[in-house]
Amino acid sequence: MTATAPTFTELDTALTPPRLRIFGEWTLPHYALLEHELEQLRGRVDAQTPVDLDGIARLDTAGAALLAEWLGAARLRDIAADSPQLSPARRALLETIGTALDAYRHSARPKPRSGLLLLLERIGRAVESILRQALLLLGFIGLTLETLARSVFRPRRWRVTSLVAHVEQIGLDAVPIVSLLSFLVGAVVAFLGATVLADFGASIYTVDLIAISFLREFGVLLTAIMLAGRTASAFTAQIGSMKSREEIDAIRMLGLDPVELLVLPRVLALLISLPLLSFIAMLAGILGGALVCVFALDITPAMFLSVFHTDTDLRHLLVGLSKAPAFAFLIAVIGCLEGFKVSGSAQSVGEHTTSSVVQSIFVVILIDALAALFFMEMGW
Amino acid sequence: MSAVANTTAPGEVLIEVRGLVNRFGKQTVHAGLDLDVFRGEILGVVGGSGTGKSVLLRAIVGLLRPTAGSVEVFGENLLQLSPQRRSQIEQRFGVLFQSGALFSSLTVAENIALPLIEHAGLNRDDATHLAGVKLALVGLSMDTADKYPAALSGGMIKRAALARALALDPEILFLDEPTAGLDPISAAAFDQLLLTLHDALGLTVFLVTHDLDTLYTVCSRVAVLAQQKVLVAGTLDQVAAADDPWVHDYFHGPRGRAAEQAAEKRRQEN
Repeated sequence: MTATAPTFTELDTALTPPRLRIFGEWTLPHYALLEHELEQLRGRVDAQTPVDLDGIARLDTAGAALLAEWLGAARLRDIAADSPQLSPARRALLETIGTALDAYRHSARPKPRSGLLLLLERIGRAVESILRQALLLLGFIGLTLETLARSVFRPRRWRVTSLVAHVEQIGLDAVPIVSLLSFLVGAVVAFLGATVLADFGASIYTVDLIAISFLREFGVLLTAIMLAGRTASAFTAQIGSMKSREEIDAIRMLGLDPVELLVLPRVLALLISLPLLSFIAMLAGILGGALVCVFALDITPAMFLSVFHTDTDLRHLLVGLSKAPAFAFLIAVIGCLEGFKVSGSAQSVGEHTTSSVVQSIFVVILIDALAALFFMEMGW
Repeated sequence: MSAVANTTAPGEVLIEVRGLVNRFGKQTVHAGLDLDVFRGEILGVVGGSGTGKSVLLRAIVGLLRPTAGSVEVFGENLLQLSPQRRSQIEQRFGVLFQSGALFSSLTVAENIALPLIEHAGLNRDDATHLAGVKLALVGLSMDTADKYPAALSGGMIKRAALARALALDPEILFLDEPTAGLDPISAAAFDQLLLTLHDALGLTVFLVTHDLDTLYTVCSRVAVLAQQKVLVAGTLDQVAAADDPWVHDYFHGPRGRAAEQAAEKRRQEN
């Protein structure tokens, strides 16, 4: 900033005591300049210096706030009262801003805390929320099982229509995407196996690799991850938007049980759909692998089938499918629980949908790893 | 001292709406609507549900391109301006949307500081400081400043949104049902706040409302929307005397009479 003549304030030292004249445009666009000039005057003006406001061309809240801050609200009020040429509107503005500034000063802001403390606090909060979430999930699983046990012997309370509709949405509609995905992964696994095993002259074992990996792991895991992304998010969004529009409360007030009405059909539908989809995924994956074997490794379809038949036990299929219900239950329960945790806003629906997908994929992979360990130790 | 008495002769026209037509599909909301808003007045826009009060507001601020007709604000047609020029004009508007429309990812103070940083070029500290003054101006305490909008009550959201609308010291303030959903005490406080700010800042206010008390307390002029146009516009007395069944029911129904008596009583007390 150059040391040109001040444009907004002038200390008239010819008079005794010196008189401060304030003029020009005291508006928001000049905020920084105004602040700078006031800073330069500090020390040269005391509480007794007469102030002349008559030269102000324009004044807005920003300018008034600066004046009020610099002179103090009470002083500004006195000065405004002593300036007969000041328009009533401008006087009202100075008065209002002065009062507002006093209110602003009096209500002290909480002091910002140090970064380390904030970091520790966030870690603590995160750990606490994980524990809380785990407890909540266990509680909700219990609630769901209890509701299931209560309604299972009362056929009148089975929600068959809702169940069938959900099976269609979750199961039937997911067949194309699940089979395509598994088919492609099957082909990729076959290529991988062929590349590695060819070095040992053991290309034929590619068949075993595909069969066992898809029956035991990939079929059910791929399906579960797909459904965690596709279905858990849908459950959260459906229930969450009902929650945010107070529909869940309405269900409760009508004497109905939201768990029975909303959660059970979804859990059961996923329990039916996921094993079936897993089976389809296994078939599609093995088909993808078989095609690669036929076209890239010169293994004839007949040979593929005979190796498959002799080398693969039924137990692999059973091990794979045994995990499906557990995945299905957890995905459905997490999706529904996150839906119930939605509060009010649309933003909350989005946050919980993300959270439900992340949690269910995490749980699926965690359970799968534990199960792999268990089955290996058991020699199954 | 209230602005009700302040029914000066029409001065400079700030907003000029001529032959406005708004059509959504087959539904015509406005057909040849004319309206003037004068500098310094508080214009109350009333009308039954679905008569296009909010649509009119959106058409004036340029959020909605009308099917036909022209809207001139400060003598310029917003939709024909370059983006820069339009932004300059828009900075002279303050709009309070019906549900506040505070940015939910920002704290209240950040919400108000945002236009100050973006348009007035203030640094963050100055902007936050000024935001605090604006918050105090609308009667919110400083512990609100660091809260997120989700943690505020309806009345506080309306006040915070008003503070944001006032951030750039606008010349025209558009309010879309500012007292809807507020309890009577908060609504009355909001009316008083509006009057104070109007007197102090010399604002022109375009107020869409259903609230008869607000209408009687703050408005210097009233425009009634009905039959797809402005049916009558004028001071409250002129409008209330208009010869139209809807207007008659509106102003002389049980609620209208109660609001009128309450306003009369307030005037006598002052």
